[in-house]
Amino acid sequence: MSERRCDRCHEREAVIHLHRQTAEETVILHLCERCAAEQGVETTVNLGKTPVGSFLASMGKGLEGVGAVPGLAPGGRCPRCGATLSDFRESGRLGCGECYRVFEAPLRDLLRRLHGSSRHLGERYHAPGNGREPEAEDSRRLREQLRLAVETENFELAAELRDRLRALGGAENEG
Amino acid sequence: MIDLSLLPDGGLAWLDGSGPASSLVLSTRIRLARNLASYPFGLRATPADREGILREVLAAARETVSLRRAVSFRLDQLGRDDRQLLHERHLVSKELAGLEDPGVVRPASALLVQDRVGVMLNEEDHLRLQGLVSGFALDQAYQEVDRLDAELGQRLPFAFHPEFGYLTSCPTNVGTGLRASVLIHLPGLVLTKEISKVLQGLAQVGLTFRGLYGEGSEVVGNFFQLSNQTTLGKSERELLDHLGKMVRQVMEYEEQAREVLLRDVPTIIEDKVWRAYGLLRHARTLSFEETMNLLSGVRLGVSLGLIDRIGLYALNKLLVYTQPAHLAVAEGVALDDPELNVRRARYVRTLLENEAGRRG
Repeated sequence: MSERRCDRCHEREAVIHLHRQTAEETVILHLCERCAAEQGVETTVNLGKTPVGSFLASMGKGLEGVGAVPGLAPGGRCPRCGATLSDFRESGRLGCGECYRVFEAPLRDLLRRLHGSSRHLGERYHAPGNGREPEAEDSRRLREQLRLAVETENFELAAELRDRLRALGGAENEG
Repeated sequence: MIDLSLLPDGGLAWLDGSGPASSLVLSTRIRLARNLASYPFGLRATPADREGILREVLAAARETVSLRRAVSFRLDQLGRDDRQLLHERHLVSKELAGLEDPGVVRPASALLVQDRVGVMLNEEDHLRLQGLVSGFALDQAYQEVDRLDAELGQRLPFAFHPEFGYLTSCPTNVGTGLRASVLIHLPGLVLTKEISKVLQGLAQVGLTFRGLYGEGSEVVGNFFQLSNQTTLGKSERELLDHLGKMVRQVMEYEEQAREVLLRDVPTIIEDKVWRAYGLLRHARTLSFEETMNLLSGVRLGVSLGLIDRIGLYALNKLLVYTQPAHLAVAEGVALDDPELNVRRARYVRTLLENEAGRRG
């Protein structure tokens, strides 16, 4: 079956099928996302206006990509609490601290959209009885991310990572 | 009924009207969202997990200076009226108190309070640390809650990510986990209809507003809670400085609006505040919402120096004790008592008479 064109613009594919009940009959309008939005119909297009909404809407499509994240169990499930990205999509809440590591890449993207940054610049936390140097681990991790960013020619990210590394260096010098 | 006199100051130090700029700003609250690394977050925690979290936090809290004398309440063992009472005192969220639909209190939901700090336990996040002080005092509120955070963080392993910071159930709170709110009275901006412009401006600089009871609550009596929207990408200091700067700006706008009102329509304003006073002083039945709106008028009159027969403390007291659960407790009746509005009017009348008599 060939795809149905939008009743309004006759150009794009109709994805919204709107049933309008009048006194005499039910009229079915077939609309594309844009025309539907212009008609004031709530669509995923509108959802895109909020960062959480657009992120959650894109989560379903992005699952394959997420599978490439190291440490992610098959099926996109957090190995610790069992939460999946679709659980997050439904509730808007993560299952546990480990979820942030497991779904790190898509979450980084979401955090940037929500907060304008994914980088915590507040107080550093040292867990009780934990002798390791979080700052050192941090800078190793950042250098690795920077190397990847340069390799993939993501220069915007690379610049940000470089700044972060500098900030970290500054903090170490001050300390 | 629970005995709130167990709390050293009834958890009401925030309303004594002693803080800076307290004719405009009622209170400053800062909360830090924290989670224990070893348990699933609120949504996936089992009842056994929740009991474990409560046990661990209670044990750790006893070793801290901030909470060693704390009074604790298990919300899941309190009746609805008591839970609403704690909510009206701004000590617990609506969610923790199980006052939202369908009105279920989740197991091991608890509150610890000592002086100006408190912890909500097993809310959306395992811990919501709070510092609550009178007036406009971001630094003081932060010092209080920061000390509590440090003391608990030394004893309990918090969930923390080297890049993302403190991890929270909802990604909107991640990073510092810090939400600072300033409860401010803005009748001038409401009367001059400038308020929506101001609130839109705040949204553009990353701030948000809520009603009297925080998230999801409506604005009553021209009280707005102004707070930071984002929690990540800025240090605690930057977040607080930014909010502080913007609140000072809003305070200036409010003062300007009041000046305009006094200059252009002095009779209308004087009439408005005295009518509010007159209604409170003589009405025979008062709903909570009407009371709040009239108190807003009187508060404006007091801070403009138009009304001198009542002080800020008494006004704040009225604000607290005319709330439904507080009034029901004070009057020894049920929350759904049909006579509650009559009793509220009598309570207000008596307090205003005594206050006027006392101030001669």
